[in-house]
Amino acid sequence: MSEMRRVTAICNGSVIDHIPSGAALKVLRMLRISGKNSNPVSLVMNVPSGKYGAKDIIKVEDRELTQEELDRLSIIAPHASVAIIRNYSVAKKRTVEAQKELVNVAKCTFSNCITHGNREPQSHRLTVISVDPLQLRCHYCCRTQDMDAIIDNLL
Amino acid sequence: MADDLITMDDLTNEQIEALLKDAEKLLPAAKGDVYLPLLEGKLLGNMFFEPSTRTRMSFETAMKRLGGNVVNLGALASSSVTKGETLFDTMKMVDGYCDVAVLRHPRQGAAQYAADACDIPILNGGDGAGHHPTQTLLDLFTIKQAHGKLDLNVVMVGDLRYGRTVHSLSHALSRFGANLTFIAPPALSMPDEIIEDLKASGANITVSEDLVSNLPSADVIYMTRIQKERFPDEDEYQKVAGIYKLSRKDLKDVKESMIIMHPLPRVDEIHPNVDSTPHAAYFDQAFNGVVARMALLCYLFGVAIPKEASQ
Ligand SMILES: [Zn+2]
Repeated sequence: MSEMRRVTAICNGSVIDHIPSGAALKVLRMLRISGKNSNPVSLVMNVPSGKYGAKDIIKVEDRELTQEELDRLSIIAPHASVAIIRNYSVAKKRTVEAQKELVNVAKCTFSNCITHGNREPQSHRLTVISVDPLQLRCHYCCRTQDMDAIIDNLL
Repeated sequence: MADDLITMDDLTNEQIEALLKDAEKLLPAAKGDVYLPLLEGKLLGNMFFEPSTRTRMSFETAMKRLGGNVVNLGALASSSVTKGETLFDTMKMVDGYCDVAVLRHPRQGAAQYAADACDIPILNGGDGAGHHPTQTLLDLFTIKQAHGKLDLNVVMVGDLRYGRTVHSLSHALSRFGANLTFIAPPALSMPDEIIEDLKASGANITVSEDLVSNLPSADVIYMTRIQKERFPDEDEYQKVAGIYKLSRKDLKDVKESMIIMHPLPRVDEIHPNVDSTPHAAYFDQAFNGVVARMALLCYLFGVAIPKEASQ
């Protein structure tokens, strides 16, 4: 647990662990955490980790991430876990659950897909073809998703 | 079948075979020799967000030959689109007006998107570079009519990269055990993704750039148009434009039963002097668009085709 102490322990909030090294900023973006939120956020990047070589860790104070929010991260951090902290101790642990479909997580990477039409209101739906490595297919246009490009299409 | 026809995957092989049999029975009605008002009181919405002659007209003909009616919302739809209406809103309106709708749209996935928005059945009449399943049905019917079976040597020629017709047809034919030969210039070759898919499902695939050597073994030659707009400039287009052409003199060594198909319109891939040979099947094919769509519409509305239809 020594790496957990690189930043101070938090009283209440969420600790997101096992984020692939370098992906922490994308995770913040996906969780819509920015300087505009008032919650204090601490970030540790490139922490040595036995399991995956190196990892990033994020601590968000005074916000408890839901399972749904965590599952959104499966695109970039499939092995992420969250510890919900209440009064300095772990109240709950959550891991990313494999999804059959990602709804409104990212926009299809095929530029001529109907979902790129102006103001089309229906959900962005990506079917999970395989979990590890993650492979997605658009529900509408059936195109296999470009997993490098999809990072730029996160909603 | 699900209520919608978005891709050929929405149909089982058994359902496809049943549709082809029904189409055969409906030939006299399609020709106007018998009046068969099986769909009286039903209304089809023709939603074409992209120009089309054959598909739109053959759906209209099919519906009317069966005593049904058609509203062409094309003009209205395109005017709503100019005003910025979403496809969702336009389709919601059609959902209220009609009993079934055909959609052609420049964006891929539009048909599935519309089907999710509507309660009425949606038939995909072509979505971008995606699918065009009713074209595949009429192609299968044309082949079955000529040969009585589908496990044949089928040679596809021309623009195999962008042609959605050949993509859907090759998937469907591979399900029925056909041997497929793809002939195209490198710039227009069948996408690797599709070839891998076909091979994974056990299809026998040959890839070549030479048409002549593949003519004698062919049961079906499926020609396609090479579209000018696929090329960055005139020179690139000219390099490949004329390379795959068929004229009467090329047909000396072909099988007697071999048929030549083309989704039309053609440019100069098939010389007019082929039209009068017994191999020319492309005009029958165009007519079959009516009968195949009649069979599909009856199937959708759960209407059985009476025995006397074919008398
Ligand atoms: Zn898509």
